[in-house]
Amino acid sequence: MSILVNKDTRVVVQGLTGKEGMFHAEQMIAYGTNVVAGVTPGKGGQSVLGVPVFNTVSEAVKQTGANVSLVFVPAAFAADSACEAADAGVDLVVVISEHIPVMDMIRAKAFLNARGVKMVGPNCPGIITPGECKIGIQPGYIHKPGTVGLVSRSGTLTYEVVHQLTSAGLGQSTCIGIGGDPIIGLNFVQLLELFRNDPGTEAVCLIGEIGGDAEEKAAAVVAAGYPKPVFGFVAGLTAPPGKRMGHAGAIISGSKGRAQDKLAAMEAAGITVVRALGEFGATVAKTLK
Amino acid sequence: MNVHEYQAKELMAQFGVPVPKGGLAQTTEEAVDVARGLSGDVFVVKAQIHAGGRGKGGGVKVCRNLDEVKDAAASILGMHLVTHQTGPDGKLVHKVWVEEGTDIARELYVAVVLDRGAERLAVMASPSGGMDIEKVAEETPELIFFSRMEPGQPLWDFQCRQLLFGCGLDAGQVRQGTKMLQALVTMAMAKDATLVEINPLAVTGEGNLIALDGKINFDDSALRRNPDIAALKDPTETDPLELQATELGLNYIRLDGNVGTMVNGAGLAMATMDVVNMAGARAANFLDVGGGANEEMIGKGFEIILTDPNVQAILINIFGGILRCDVLAGGVVAAAKKIDLNVPLVVRLEGTNVAEGRKILEESGLAFEVAASMSEAAAKVAAVLGGQK
Repeated sequence: MSILVNKDTRVVVQGLTGKEGMFHAEQMIAYGTNVVAGVTPGKGGQSVLGVPVFNTVSEAVKQTGANVSLVFVPAAFAADSACEAADAGVDLVVVISEHIPVMDMIRAKAFLNARGVKMVGPNCPGIITPGECKIGIQPGYIHKPGTVGLVSRSGTLTYEVVHQLTSAGLGQSTCIGIGGDPIIGLNFVQLLELFRNDPGTEAVCLIGEIGGDAEEKAAAVVAAGYPKPVFGFVAGLTAPPGKRMGHAGAIISGSKGRAQDKLAAMEAAGITVVRALGEFGATVAKTLK
Repeated sequence: MNVHEYQAKELMAQFGVPVPKGGLAQTTEEAVDVARGLSGDVFVVKAQIHAGGRGKGGGVKVCRNLDEVKDAAASILGMHLVTHQTGPDGKLVHKVWVEEGTDIARELYVAVVLDRGAERLAVMASPSGGMDIEKVAEETPELIFFSRMEPGQPLWDFQCRQLLFGCGLDAGQVRQGTKMLQALVTMAMAKDATLVEINPLAVTGEGNLIALDGKINFDDSALRRNPDIAALKDPTETDPLELQATELGLNYIRLDGNVGTMVNGAGLAMATMDVVNMAGARAANFLDVGGGANEEMIGKGFEIILTDPNVQAILINIFGGILRCDVLAGGVVAAAKKIDLNVPLVVRLEGTNVAEGRKILEESGLAFEVAASMSEAAAKVAAVLGGQK
């Protein structure tokens, strides 16, 4: 079992004909993902990697029954692409593109919310249900099917943790990189709820970093009662006080975004906190076995 | 991206926010000329650096005549202004802003901020202006008012009324303040600002509102579509190494330790820094060469790290991902040979073809320490440094 994506997921890749899009779509297909369509305006009718290309997502969905979109277009057009996918009726939009302006994301997120469409990202590695479906840029081979769910705000840090879990003999149910941008799609809290109800997930790992208050909110969910063991890590414990955080925004959220506060909130909620990243896999393995 | 007070005020004025008349000066003569062109008999000379707390550090002076303006400009220009935000070395002042003095009856605080949690902009106001707003939030949170905008909706008048009557303004001032807040929101949306702050916003003796300071934070991701904003960047405000790194496409932040770190991906880079520090060494920098590291980026990374004279050892931590480790190892070896590396190097590689990659490092003839895990990498770095003492 898994959350959000599985072997039946049908993926449309927006930006399939670009260099990055094509490279990663090929990797996804090799992993076994059902990539059923591509979208590049003006290139409708072509075929790339054996996948039909359409001018619009709406057409791609009608013709192929795609239900998840992967957005691989340049930042300036990414918010528009996410909205197009939502309007076409997919259930989930995965946005890999980075450097999308915040104002664009505020508008796109409101557009998606109004249609009940979920988003993963932007600026993230994507989502993978090992052995079934990989949607994103992750190295597939480090994953292994299993029962540990993983949610992370970072890219290569996610790979590091997955690699440690797999090396410790622990497979994963679904791994989601939620991205580190100010405005993101699915967050720790929403994914904790999805994992709560997934019978195929026995434990959840939360990989956070400094900034924002996502970890504190996740800790509150666990503190209120969570049926599965949760493990946490926060990158930036020794980072010097943030150079780039506007503090007035933090006043409203009530959080300073410091790693110490996040770890303390996690510990108080009963989350098993790992401070030294090198110990993560071993700690999870010891607790679960 | 941050801008100077004078740039923030000029931009706010373009959107209809009242600001004191003034001008920029880079010499004492220019400062006097600017003051001569202003009306009134009180002038304020203000150091232009990207940091708060300038007044306390001696970077803001109120002057009663042109001689005082001259003296103030002479003392501020060229000084290393130290505030709670500059670090102990302070910042060299290249420019001053000279403006007409304002008859201040009260000082408020207003801001437009990105509320990440609510995924929208919010407006804030406080009757406790002229103070560090974080301190106000801590000590008297009841004196901070905010109202969130609905995406796709304007900032409604009633939202402004709630905030501004809350600050104790009268009806006429609330009307002025409403226009001002709406102008700030329009500006934030038009120019992709994620923080716009006026602190203090003065109520003058005549009862009018005027912005005495301005701080704006722009979204770096949107600079491409706002060339007028990108042009406001002051390169002297950035650490020269960080500036060079940005030009090379690297994400580099200089720290005060002696272990240079080079990592692919920001989260892993931060975690690597943590591991180094927890092992008893001190990271000299944060350096993210990008998720898909390649030989070219590694070469550039070496270049930047070694420009810092404090670096006594380097730790490279690369998670290969889709890129193959043998290719990356070849890149590290080539880059190290090219620059004639003369400090100990610990390399931790993981990912596809890791065995081949480590073999290339070990057989390179270069004095690499190869580590199999993050913990081992940090321990080796600490050991290498310990051995040098």
